[in-house]
Amino acid sequence: MTTATANAFTAKAGWRTRLADNERLLWPLMLAPAILYIVLLVGFPFFLSLFYSVSDVTVGSRSMNFVGLENFRRVVVSNTFWAALKNTLIFTIVSQFFVLVFANILAMALCADFRGKWLVRLLILLPWVAPISLGAIGWLWIYDSIYSVINWTGQALRILGPNDWPIWLGQPNLAMASIIVVQIWRIVPLATVILLAGLTSIPQDIHDAAAVDGAGFWRRTLQITFPLLLPITLVAVLFGIIFTFTDMIVVFLLTRGGPYDQTQVLATWAFFTGIQGGDLAGGAAVSLFLFPVLMAVAIVFLLLARRSEVT
Amino acid sequence: MTRRPFKLVRIARAGGHASILVFFITFLAFPFYWMLMTTFKTTIDLHDVSKNPFLFNEPPTLEHLAVLFQDTQYLQWLINTGVVGIAVVLITLVLAVPAGYALARMTGPWAQTLGIAIFLTYLVPPTILFIPFARIIATLGLQDSLWSLVLVYPSFTVPFCTWLLMGFFKAIPRDLEDAAMIDGLSRLGAFLKVVMPISLAGVLTAVIFAFTLVTQEFVYGVTFITSASSYTVSVGVPTFLVRGDVYFWGSMMGACLIASVPIAIIYNLFVDRFVAGFTVGAVK
Repeated sequence: MTTATANAFTAKAGWRTRLADNERLLWPLMLAPAILYIVLLVGFPFFLSLFYSVSDVTVGSRSMNFVGLENFRRVVVSNTFWAALKNTLIFTIVSQFFVLVFANILAMALCADFRGKWLVRLLILLPWVAPISLGAIGWLWIYDSIYSVINWTGQALRILGPNDWPIWLGQPNLAMASIIVVQIWRIVPLATVILLAGLTSIPQDIHDAAAVDGAGFWRRTLQITFPLLLPITLVAVLFGIIFTFTDMIVVFLLTRGGPYDQTQVLATWAFFTGIQGGDLAGGAAVSLFLFPVLMAVAIVFLLLARRSEVT
Repeated sequence: MTRRPFKLVRIARAGGHASILVFFITFLAFPFYWMLMTTFKTTIDLHDVSKNPFLFNEPPTLEHLAVLFQDTQYLQWLINTGVVGIAVVLITLVLAVPAGYALARMTGPWAQTLGIAIFLTYLVPPTILFIPFARIIATLGLQDSLWSLVLVYPSFTVPFCTWLLMGFFKAIPRDLEDAAMIDGLSRLGAFLKVVMPISLAGVLTAVIFAFTLVTQEFVYGVTFITSASSYTVSVGVPTFLVRGDVYFWGSMMGACLIASVPIAIIYNLFVDRFVAGFTVGAVK
């Protein structure tokens, strides 16, 4: 009995050691839980979403019928869809253009050494670090229709006339500009930090050598810094595009898509259709219009990864 | 080229540098300054357009904070966020640490492809998944329960942290484990006894970032949770305090500030490691 237990124990220990040393078994075992979770909680809902988009499912219904491309047809003939698509593109392209410009300037300014750098960095990072829904609430107060601090300052500086009191979130063009500003505010810190990491990884020797050869600031920036920074800039831009194109927080909290759907984006419209309207199938169809852009971004990432593997 | 007045150029450059920084600090940090001012101003002072809004025209008050803690469930929202955050971080570590290590040490043609595939799932946004999830959560009977968030949040923290940890593990020289294995440890033993202790800083970074992702999340929270006692901070403040026509600006700004600043300070300590781990896979 004791021998048997002892034998079983050694056999088990042996089995364990062999497993612990067998990389061909060990790697899949270590990966399996994570992959299983991802397949169940990203893969499965994603396919469910595809499935919903061709069905007539609603929040209340128990049954589900195949309706083909009816939901997509319904979406495409709606005026709100074209407005939301246009708004999403404007929102993304304009904000990410400014993010790219601002983040480059800011990263270069932060690259130099100066006193109080850590405090400056903390202040600059705040928008990215603080929960964005709370940051957006801060902006809601700044843009407030009755007590807006922007309007007060504008009047005090005589930029705005005494009776000028723009309603930032209530006038169509101003509302779009306002939410774009908040999105820029939110993404610039992340892009800056990523670019800063790229900048500090460029060896100082290269700059010194170019300076000795007589290259000035602009020449060094355009011919050395930017090309070397290109891959990491691309990473920053891709993240900015994804976080902007697919996100609804800023629009949802500041304008709810209004006035008159003038700032409605695909993500908010999917929420209002699918969750508040109870039309799960329609909402799924709307949200799937985000997918082609995600695919495009993913392909760029893959190309980037492959290229760096070769070099 | 003639000799330039060197000193002037230097002063101009320093001035340019400073004005760039001032511009960005004003733009990026202003809302937080504004939250701070609003939190401590009296309601009358807040709404008086004739007075300078940048100053305290009446003595500062703690009234708004009292309202926040006594008349709302703000404290409960903070606790909810903490509880969900801790649960999600634990699940994430159990899944992502082994996966990150396996990806960092695996050889073979599909090791890198698999790493990138896991990373790409992080890019699938909640706005595509929240509709099917709403139905799944309802079927499981988890609506309005914090468990729904604990279940769903790892769907973005696991891919993200796996990728981050893979970067950290790759930076650890393989020789260390090889030496330990010659000394009689198994591959798994070398991982647990040699690699894990020196990776603690990397794992801690992953913990911080998983936790902040949880505090940031909004879409799932607003979809699954409907009763005020189960809100997280990022959902509770905008949903509960912006109701009807009355905005409790002072309390709201205080709520935003209290939830933001501690996270910001911790985050700032780890941001360099984060970027190193995050971008290593993408550009190297």
